[in-house]
Amino acid sequence: MYELIGVTKQYRRGQQRVDALAGVDLTLEQGDRLVIQGPTGGGKSTLLQMLGGLDRPTSGQVLLDGIDLAALSERRLTAVRGQNIGFVFQSFNLIPTLTAQENVETALVPLGGRPAERRSRAAEALESVGLGERLGHLPSELSGGQQQRVAIARALVKRPKVLLADEPTGNLDESMRDEIVELLEGLWKEHGLTFVMVTHDSAIARRAPRLATIRKGRITIKENRAAAGENRSATPDPVDA
Amino acid sequence: MFFTYLRRELRRRRRAALVVASGLALGIALVIVVNSVSSGMNQAQGKVLESLYGLGTDLTVTKAQERPEDGAAPQRPRFEFKGKEEGEEQSSDRLMVQGFQTLADSTVATVGRQPGVERAVGGLSLVNLKINGEFARGKIQRGQPQPAQPGTGNGGTGGGSGPGDTVTGGGAAFDVDSFTLYGTDVTAPDLGPLTTSTVSQGRTFKTTETDAKVAVVDSAYAQKQGLALGDELTVKGVKFEVIGIATADRGQAAAQVYLPLKQAQTLSASAAEITTIYVKATDSTRIDAVKTAIQKNVTGTTVTTSADLAQTVSGSLDTASDLASNVGKWLSYAVLLAAVLVAGLLTSSAVTRRVREFGTLKALGWTSGRVTRQVVGEALVNGVIGGALGIAVGLAGAYAVTAVSPTLTAELGATGGAFGGAFGGGGRGGMIFGGGPAGTAAGKTVDIALSAPVSVTTVGLAVLLALGGGLVAGAFGAWRASRLRPADALRRVE
Repeated sequence: MYELIGVTKQYRRGQQRVDALAGVDLTLEQGDRLVIQGPTGGGKSTLLQMLGGLDRPTSGQVLLDGIDLAALSERRLTAVRGQNIGFVFQSFNLIPTLTAQENVETALVPLGGRPAERRSRAAEALESVGLGERLGHLPSELSGGQQQRVAIARALVKRPKVLLADEPTGNLDESMRDEIVELLEGLWKEHGLTFVMVTHDSAIARRAPRLATIRKGRITIKENRAAAGENRSATPDPVDA
Repeated sequence: MFFTYLRRELRRRRRAALVVASGLALGIALVIVVNSVSSGMNQAQGKVLESLYGLGTDLTVTKAQERPEDGAAPQRPRFEFKGKEEGEEQSSDRLMVQGFQTLADSTVATVGRQPGVERAVGGLSLVNLKINGEFARGKIQRGQPQPAQPGTGNGGTGGGSGPGDTVTGGGAAFDVDSFTLYGTDVTAPDLGPLTTSTVSQGRTFKTTETDAKVAVVDSAYAQKQGLALGDELTVKGVKFEVIGIATADRGQAAAQVYLPLKQAQTLSASAAEITTIYVKATDSTRIDAVKTAIQKNVTGTTVTTSADLAQTVSGSLDTASDLASNVGKWLSYAVLLAAVLVAGLLTSSAVTRRVREFGTLKALGWTSGRVTRQVVGEALVNGVIGGALGIAVGLAGAYAVTAVSPTLTAELGATGGAFGGAFGGGGRGGMIFGGGPAGTAAGKTVDIALSAPVSVTTVGLAVLLALGGGLVAGAFGAWRASRLRPADALRRVE
C-alpha cells in the first residue's frame, strides 16, 4: 500500500542544514500496524507527515497505492488527505468553538454531502468511541481522554484507508493512555486500516507487530512476531487516490 | 458548516470582533457625518447663492468693468447745488444705474442664441438717491478793526473776514434717503432676482404689464416706509401703484422696489439698457462650457457662475465648509483607513493564533480556498456589523446636527466680480454709499441653519466601505491562511 523510496527531507535552520530524513525506504502493506519510535528530533513526525501528505520530501518518492504523493498538485494532495487519511494528534487539535459532533463533521466537509447526513455520520462515529452522550459538548467541557476520542472519531468518520497518529497518548495519564490505545487497536482491527503511530511509550511499542526506530533521519525496522500473531486487522479495500 | 463555524467563532471571539467592528463603525460614522454635514454645507451655500441669483439662474452676464481713462475721474454720483438764498431748500433726486455699467438690451438676444443657453433675461439695477436739505450761512464775529488796505479785497459788501474774525454757526443739514430698484422683465417672471422673494401680499407682475406704473415692494422696505397694497410710491416724480409686497426667502432682498423693466429704463434715462442678464443653461452640468461660449462670442461682458460666486462666500459658513470638505473629510478617511488597517492586523493576528486550527483543517482535507473563505467570511461579518453600527451612529450624528441646526453666516464680498457689480454697485461707485442699500447688497450677509442630510448615496457609500473594510481586513488574514502549509502549522505548535 505504502512504499517510500529513498525519501529525504532537509530543513534549513539558519545557516545549518538539518537532515530530518536521510534516505528512508519503507514498505507497508494494507492492514499493517507500525509503531515509530526514536529520540526527539530524530525524524518521527517528519516521516508521519510524509506518509500523510502533509509535507513533501526533498527527494525520493512516497507512493500510496502506486500514486506518488510528492508529485501531486496541492489540490490533489488535499483531496487524497480528505478521502483516505485520518489523523490523530497529540494535542487533539479540536476546534474549540465547535461541539464534539461539529468537530467530527469537519472531516466530512471535504467529501461534500448533505449536512443532515454529515450530522448523522458524526453522531455514529462518536457513538462508536463511546461519546454518544456528548455530541453537543464543546472540547473545553470534555476531559483529555474524551477529547482524544472525539479526535479519533473525527479521523475515522470518513472511513479512511490509513490512520496516522502522532503521540496520541502523549497528553494523557496512564489510565487514559490504555483506554485510547485499546480503542485505536480495536478500531484498527474493526476497520482494516493501515495504522501508523508515533510514540515515545515503550509499553505501547511492545504491542505493535512492527516497530520502526528513527535516529538522525535513518530508519530501522524490527518485526515483533509475538504481537504480529495476535494483532491482525481485516483486509481493507484499495485506496482511491 | 460554514455558517455554524462562522457564528461560533464570532461568538467566541466577540471581544475581538467588537473591537474590529467598533473601529470600522467609528470610521464609517465619521464618513457619514462629515459627508452629510458637507452636503448640508453645499446646500447652505446653494441657498445663499440662490438667495442672490434667484432660482433657476445658472449664470449672470454683466458688462465688463472698464478702467477709467488716464486722468479721468472714476464714475461716481455727483451732485450740484446751486447757490440759493439762505434757508432755501436744496434737493436732488437721482436715479442711477448700479455700477454705472450697462449693456444694450439687444445683448440679451445675443446671449440667448449661444450654445447651451436655454433662456436669457435682462434686468436693470438702479439706486435712487434723494438728498434734501439746506445750507445756513455762518455769522462772522469781528475781531480788532483793521484799517482798510487798498487792493486787499477784504472790504466791500461781500463781507470779507479779517485777521481775528471768527465764523460761528452755519453749515449744511441734508437728509439722505436711498433705495434700490430693479427693473424686471415682467414677461419672464420665473427668472431673475424677484424669484428670490415670495410675494406675501397682493400679486406679482402680469406678463402684460411691461410698461405699467405698478411696483412690487420688498416687505422690509414697505414696513419702513409705511407702504401697503394699493398705496402710491413715487420714484423720480412718477407715481407707481404698489401691487405686491415681496418677502425675501433668505437674508436681504435683491432690491427694495421692483418695477417693470421699461419703466425703470425710462426713469433712469437708460433706454434699451440693462445691467445684468440672467441665464438658464440647458444642462446644469455644462455651465462652464456655456460660460466659455458667452465670453468668446459676446465681447465686453463678464460671465459669473454659481461656482465663481461661491468663491466670494466668506464667514462661518465658508470656514465650516472648508473645514468639512478638507479637514473633516480627510480625518474621516484617515480614521476609516486606520480602522481597516487595525481590523486587518487583528484578523491577521487571529489567523496566527489559530494557525493550529487551520493547519488541522487543511490536514483533514480542507482546501486553502475553503479556509480562506472562512477567514474572509468572518472578517466580512465584522465589516457588516461595523457598517451597521457605523450607519446607526452616523445617522444619529447627522440627526443631532440637524436637530441642533447651528446657524452659519455667509458673507458675500463686494469684490465678487460681475455679481458684485450687478447688485452691489460695483467697485468704488457702490462703496461710496457704504451702509446704504447698495453697500449692504454688495456685502450681503445671510444666516443659514445648517442641516446634515444623509443621502442614499452616503448610506450606500457606508455599506460599500464597511464591506470593503471587511474584505481588506479579511484579505490580510486570508493571505496568511492561504499560505499556511499544514506541516508547518502543526510543527509550529508541537
